[in-house]
Amino acid sequence: MKILVCISKTPDTTAKIAFTDNNTKFSEAGVQFIINPYDEWYALVRALELKESGGATAVHLITVGGADTEPVIRKALALGGDEAFRVNADSQDSYFIASQIAAHARQENYDMILTGKETIDYNGSSIGGMVAALLDIPYVSIASKLDLNGSTATLKREIEGGEEVCEVSLPVVISCQKGMAEARIPNMRGIMAARTKPLKVIEPEQVETLTSIVSFELPPAKAGVKMIAPENVEELVKLLHDEAKVI
Amino acid sequence: MSVLIFADQFQGKIKKSALEAVQYGAKVAQQLGTTATALVLGEVAAEELALPGQYGAAKVLHVADARLNELETGVAAKIIAEAVGKEDAGVVIFSHNFSGRAIAPQLSARLKAGLVAGAIALPDTSNGFVVKKNVFSGKAFANVNITSPKKIVSVLPNTFSLENTGGTATVEPFAATISDSDFRVKPLKVETVSGEVPLTEAEIVVSGGRGLKGPENWGLVEDLAHALGAATACSRPVADADWRPHHEHVGQTGFTVRPNLYVAIGISGAIQHLAGVNGSKVIVVINKDPEAPFFKAADYGIVGDAFEVVPKLTEAVKKYKGIS
Ligand SMILES: Cc1cc2nc3c(=O)[nH]c(=O)nc-3n(C[C@H](O)[C@H](O)[C@H](O)COP(=O)(O)OP(=O)(O)OC[C@H]3O[C@@H](n4cnc5c(N)ncnc54)[C@H](O)[C@@H]3O)c2cc1C
Ligand SMILES: Nc1ncnc2c1ncn2[C@@H]1O[C@H](COP(=O)(O)O)[C@@H](O)[C@H]1O
Repeated sequence: MKILVCISKTPDTTAKIAFTDNNTKFSEAGVQFIINPYDEWYALVRALELKESGGATAVHLITVGGADTEPVIRKALALGGDEAFRVNADSQDSYFIASQIAAHARQENYDMILTGKETIDYNGSSIGGMVAALLDIPYVSIASKLDLNGSTATLKREIEGGEEVCEVSLPVVISCQKGMAEARIPNMRGIMAARTKPLKVIEPEQVETLTSIVSFELPPAKAGVKMIAPENVEELVKLLHDEAKVI
Repeated sequence: MSVLIFADQFQGKIKKSALEAVQYGAKVAQQLGTTATALVLGEVAAEELALPGQYGAAKVLHVADARLNELETGVAAKIIAEAVGKEDAGVVIFSHNFSGRAIAPQLSARLKAGLVAGAIALPDTSNGFVVKKNVFSGKAFANVNITSPKKIVSVLPNTFSLENTGGTATVEPFAATISDSDFRVKPLKVETVSGEVPLTEAEIVVSGGRGLKGPENWGLVEDLAHALGAATACSRPVADADWRPHHEHVGQTGFTVRPNLYVAIGISGAIQHLAGVNGSKVIVVINKDPEAPFFKAADYGIVGDAFEVVPKLTEAVKKYKGIS
């Protein structure tokens, strides 16, 4: 029972968002990069728990990105991944990234592929579903609970208007959110061990892209806050009705 | 060439977010000089099938198969792919709700059709097919060109307000080729979210943070929400401490909401919280600390003790609405 966890590199949640090159590139000046929180806290930690409880035998990691993604993947190894793969390519197109992950998965026959719910920079929620369709295996999206019983997974997933408990036979692709596991911090032993764990660099498959980012924009600045005295709540109600027109 | 819209239903009702997608799809069709077809899966009543017409669809394709009453996203992707062929659709529209987020990427890979997930504007077709979407959790936008012949767009919920055109659509039964073995994910149980108004569909949201001190004080938030007809939400530490259920947690790691009005009570306004709410049209902040960062993102602010201000505000809302 082998699990593949998809790891992406994102700017730290507090990073200042700015663009360069005529608003076509994210400005990396002074920005800290982290493992996308959903990939780390939920997908990776749940995979490690499944290994610790004997349900899984190996946890592999994959990232599609340049050499600058290596610190992030080393951190994921320090948390407890067994082996990592980096597909050496820079691309912002989800279909391209998913195709690379699917190509690697075909070689290794994983029983379970875990992704985060979404990347906090691109917010696509797309990679997992694309990988599932490319491999023609089932997809369970935005899952908050995952239990394994032999070759059957029981999941809780978010649906429109509620939550659904569902069951699926492996292999499966699952996108993970809050609820699945608790965040962990790598310990010294893990960090030392990660230095010698295998990190294989794979050259990308030839895949066409289907989208391209033309430009970025920042939202217009807020006009500024209007303060209302606490003894004057009627005034707020009036403003919300007459001025803001929201009630 | 036509525009196909997936109009998802839950327990027999077509969702508001799905109708937003229908309306968006109808406008795209108009832009491209063609018509819009909505696809509905599962058994639903005739009055539900009339809804897509009211938001601009010319035709409704209906697969009235009881196996589709609950959504299996892989099966849905397969049926939509078949409908794309049948309708000769060049553009497929989803809502970027939970259903769309599961199905649209599967369809994208099946059809090799580029996907823009979470659109906040109609496409600009003057030079390609460029769609604006949120990136960096609402802190910026990207303009993305779809370069493949077939195109898929999922529309961010609560971004476009619905306008009933009073139109009608012809309803056509559609016998999609699916077999029992296509249903690979088996639903065991559905739990509907409690609360009067579902959070991600709400037009008004009242949200509480650690400033409320404990779960026993949530009556304050609920009373105001009730008076406003709002859904309730909370900050992450509140959900982590189990003061509130996790499906109320908004922000970077929780839900994203974009209501017309977001009222934040006793929430400091950390950047990770703002990421989930800064798409709201109007933000009201009530906090006893005048230096709370949330005021910088607010439209209206009250510096004061929530335990005094909120009950008074609830009374004022009730008075204004004529509720006693
Ligand atoms: C990677 C990452 C992701 C995160 N994701 C999220 C997320 O998705 N959502 C989220 O919310 N947080 C998230 N956080 C946490 C976030 O950084 C803040 O810690 C959190 O939002 C603070 O919650 P709070 O405002 O309720 O509490 P606090 O920061 O403790 O603020 C409480 C506020 O209440 C005010 N107050 C106190 N008493 C009263 C009173 N009587 N009347 C009125 N006001 C009062 C105080 O002045 C203060 O401003 C994340 C953090 C990280 C690192
Ligand atoms: N470049 C990448 N390499 C590996 N996995 C990725 C990459 N980008 C995204 N993912 C995975 O796909 C998930 C969803 O990403 P997205 O579709 O961009 O929101 C992330 O949470 C990751 O698990």
